[in-house]
Amino acid sequence: MAHLIKTKRGLDIKIEGKAKETLGRTIHSDIVALVPDYFVGIVPKMLVKPGDAVKAGTPVFHDKTFADMNFVSPVSGTIVDIVRGERRKILAVTIKRDAKTDYETFSVKSLAELSRDQIKELMLAAGVWPFIKQRPYDIVADPTKQPNSIFISGFDSSPLAPDYDFILGGKEKELQCGIDVLSKLTDGNVHLGLKAGNRSPLAELKNVQITEYDGPHPVGNVGIQIHHTHPINKGDVYWTINIQNLLFIGRLFLNGTVDFSYTVALTGPDVNEDARRYYKTILGVSITPFIKSNVSVGIPLRYITGNVLTGMKLNEDEYLHPCASQITVIEEGSETHEILGWAMPRFDKFSASNLFLTKILGKLGLNNFKYDARILGGERPIIVSNEYDKVLPMDILPEFLIKAMITGNIDKMEALGAYEIAPEDLALCEFVCTSKLPIQEITRKALDNLKSEVE
Amino acid sequence: MNVLKKYIDKIKPNFEKGGKFEKLHSVFEGFESFLFVPNTTSKKYGAHIHDAIDSKRTMTAVIIGLVPALLFGMYNVGHQHFIAIGETVNLWQTFAFGLLSVLPIMVVSYVVGLGIEFIFAQIKGHEIQEGFLVTGFLIPLIVPVDTPLWMIAIATAFAVIFAKEVFGGTGMNIFNVAIVTRVFLFFAYPTAMSGDTVWVRTKSALGYAGGEQINGFTGATPLGQIGTAEGTMAQITDTLGNPIGFWDGFLGLIPGSIGETSTLAILLGAVVLLITGVASWKTMFSVFAGGAFMGFIFNLSGFNAVANFPWYMHLVFGGFAFGAVFMATDPVTSARTETGKWIYGFLVGIIAILIRVLNPGYPEGMMLSILLMNAFAPLIDFYVVDANIKRRMKRAQLNK
Repeated sequence: MAHLIKTKRGLDIKIEGKAKETLGRTIHSDIVALVPDYFVGIVPKMLVKPGDAVKAGTPVFHDKTFADMNFVSPVSGTIVDIVRGERRKILAVTIKRDAKTDYETFSVKSLAELSRDQIKELMLAAGVWPFIKQRPYDIVADPTKQPNSIFISGFDSSPLAPDYDFILGGKEKELQCGIDVLSKLTDGNVHLGLKAGNRSPLAELKNVQITEYDGPHPVGNVGIQIHHTHPINKGDVYWTINIQNLLFIGRLFLNGTVDFSYTVALTGPDVNEDARRYYKTILGVSITPFIKSNVSVGIPLRYITGNVLTGMKLNEDEYLHPCASQITVIEEGSETHEILGWAMPRFDKFSASNLFLTKILGKLGLNNFKYDARILGGERPIIVSNEYDKVLPMDILPEFLIKAMITGNIDKMEALGAYEIAPEDLALCEFVCTSKLPIQEITRKALDNLKSEVE
Repeated sequence: MNVLKKYIDKIKPNFEKGGKFEKLHSVFEGFESFLFVPNTTSKKYGAHIHDAIDSKRTMTAVIIGLVPALLFGMYNVGHQHFIAIGETVNLWQTFAFGLLSVLPIMVVSYVVGLGIEFIFAQIKGHEIQEGFLVTGFLIPLIVPVDTPLWMIAIATAFAVIFAKEVFGGTGMNIFNVAIVTRVFLFFAYPTAMSGDTVWVRTKSALGYAGGEQINGFTGATPLGQIGTAEGTMAQITDTLGNPIGFWDGFLGLIPGSIGETSTLAILLGAVVLLITGVASWKTMFSVFAGGAFMGFIFNLSGFNAVANFPWYMHLVFGGFAFGAVFMATDPVTSARTETGKWIYGFLVGIIAILIRVLNPGYPEGMMLSILLMNAFAPLIDFYVVDANIKRRMKRAQLNK
C-alpha cells in the first residue's frame, strides 16, 4: 500500500475542452525545430550548419558550459536554417524531415554492466540528458552534481491536463527501463507520485518509491510532491523529469536509438469538439498541423503549448515545447470590451474570490465559465493579503517570498523557500492575484538571479 | 455601448504622446479602464487565464459596505439637527438635511484627493489607482459634521501626499490614509474637532432648515460626557438630557462623527466585507475581542467613570465599531500574515480602550490606536515570517 499524502490548499479551475481518451491520426510536420529557450539554463553552441544532413540522434548543438551535453535531432533530414534573434541569439534550428527515418546507433550494454559515469556519458551524448531538470532553480540538470533523489509525477492536475494513464498504458517496459537508468544515477530513491484512488498502470512499476497524492491542483506538480516528502534545503539537489520524457531514456537503453515520438493532447474550449483527442507525434513538431481546421474561426485565438497556467504562447507556425504533453487553445479576448466590469455581476466569469457568484453558480451546476487570455485588470502593487496562501500547499509564505524575489533580496529568498519553488508552483498565485502581477516571470528571473549570486 | 467605445477610440489619440491633451493621459486612461475592462492580454510566458477579480472590484465591495453607514449617518445628522432646533419633520426632510450637510464634505474629499492622485499618476507615468475611492468615502464618515470644508481639503491633501504618495501610492503606504486625515484635523484644529458644539449641526445646511438651538440642548457625545464626568460613576444622556444605554449606542441616533454612530449600520457593512472576503474576519473579530477584554479589566478595577463604563458599551459607542470593521482591516496597513492579524487586531482593541480610559483629555482612542498599530504591523509580520524561517532552518538541520 503506497503512502498517501493529502493537500487542502489549491484550486481546480474547470474549463471546457478536455481531450477524449481516443487517439487521432499520427501528426507529422515537414519541418521540425529545436528551440534552445525551451531548455532553461543552457547556452547553445552550434555543431551543424544549414545544408548539413542529420540522422535522428545526430547532435545539432551542445551546451556552452557542459560541452558534452548534446541536443540532438529528433528526425533524419537536412538542416534548413538557424533562426537568430537580437544579438545573434539562437531562437530555433529548423530541420527538414526525410520521408524515411535513419537513426544514429549508440552501443548499449545491459544496465548492470554500465557504471554511473558510463550511463551519464551515453545520456549526454545521445541527447536525452536535457530532459532532466533540477531543483533548485528549475533548470536543466547539472551533470556534475549528485541528486539526493529523483522525482517523477505520474499525473498532471492542471486545467484540461492530459491523462498519463491513457498516454502511457502499454509503455510500461520503456518506463521501467527509464526508471532503472535513473535509479543508477542517485544514491537515494526514484520517487513516483500517483493520483490517489486511480487504478494507474504506473502503479505496477518496480524499483521506484510510489506515493499517492490527493488534493486540488497543484498537487500534481512535482515541486509540491517533493515538498511533502523531501523538502529541499540549501545545498540539496533533486532531479525531476516529465514522465513522457522518461520514455526517451528507456528507449535509448532498450534499443540504442533516439526515438523522440510521444503523445500530445489537443484541448481547450476553442478546439472543435471532435478534434479534442490525443495525437501521436514527434518532438519538435510545429503546432500548425494540429490547429489546421481544428479550431474556432473568426475570433483571435491563443495557442498554448502546455496548459493555461504554465504554458507558452505560440504563433501559428511555432514549435511545441518538448516537456509539454498538451496543446490548449483559448480565445485571445483582445477584441472583447466589457463595459463597467467592476460593477457588473458577470455570471460567465470564474473567480476564486466571493466577489463573483462563481461558488453559488457552481453549486447550482451553472459553471459554464468563459475564459480568455485577458488579464482582466490593471497591474498594481500587492494590496490584498492571504490570497496566494490559499492556492499554495507548501509551508512557505508566498507573499513574502514573492516580495523578496521582486526586490532581489537573496538572503530572504533563500530563507523563505526559493530553492523549493519552480515558476509553475506559483502559477495559481498568478492566476488569483488581484494585483495582476506576472509572478511566474518574476520567479524565473529571481531564480536565475539567485543562481548567479550563489554559485 | 459600441457607440461609446467608438467615441473613446476616436478621441484617444488626443491623449496620447504628442496629442493635444497629453497632460491628461492618466486621467483619460483612468476613465477608460473605469468604463471598459482593459483588454490587455497575458504575456507569452506565464498564466494565460486570470481570475476575474481586480482591485476595482475589491474597492467597490468596500464602498458597498460603507453605504449603510453613510445613509444612516446622513439621516442621523438631520435627526440630531431637528432635535437641536426643536422642530418635528418627516423622514425625507430629516434625510434631506443630512444629505445637504454631508454631500459637500464628500465632494471636497473626492475632488481634492482624486485631483492629487491624477497629478501624481501623470507625473509618475503610471495608471490611476483606485485606492482613494475608498479613502475618499471614509473621510466624510469619520469627521464631525460641522468641520469646515477648507479644513477637510487641507487635511485630505496632507494625508494623500505625505501618507501615501511619498511612500509610492496605493499599496505602499504605512499608515491608513483616512486615519491620517482625521489625525491631522485633530491635531491641527483641535477646537473644531472636539467639545460639545461640533457634533450636531445647529445652523442650516446650504441654506436649508436653519433654526435656533433650543434650551436644554447639549451636543456632547456619550464618550465626551463620561470622559469629563466627575466621580467614578456617570450616566450618559442624549442631547436633551434623557438617559441612554446600550441599544441607543447600537442603533446610533446619538451625536458623533457622521458615519460612526450606528453599530447596526456598520455591522451591515461588516457582513458585506466578510461575505466577499475583502476584509479579514480574524482582524475584525480580534479587535472586538481586544476591546472587550481591556474594557472588562478596567471594569474590575473601576477607578474612574470611564473605567466603570461597561465593556460592552465601549464596543458600540464612539468610533470603535467603525474602526474595527473598516479601518483596522485595511489590508495594506494592517498585518499581512494570518497569525499577525490576530495579534494586530487584539492590540488595536486593547490600546483603543487603554487610551479612552487613561487619557483624560481625549475621550476617543480608536483612531490613535489604529495609527499606532499601523506602525507596528510590519514588526508583527517580521516575527511571524521569522518564525517560518526558523522552522524551515530547523527542518534543514533535522535532514542532515
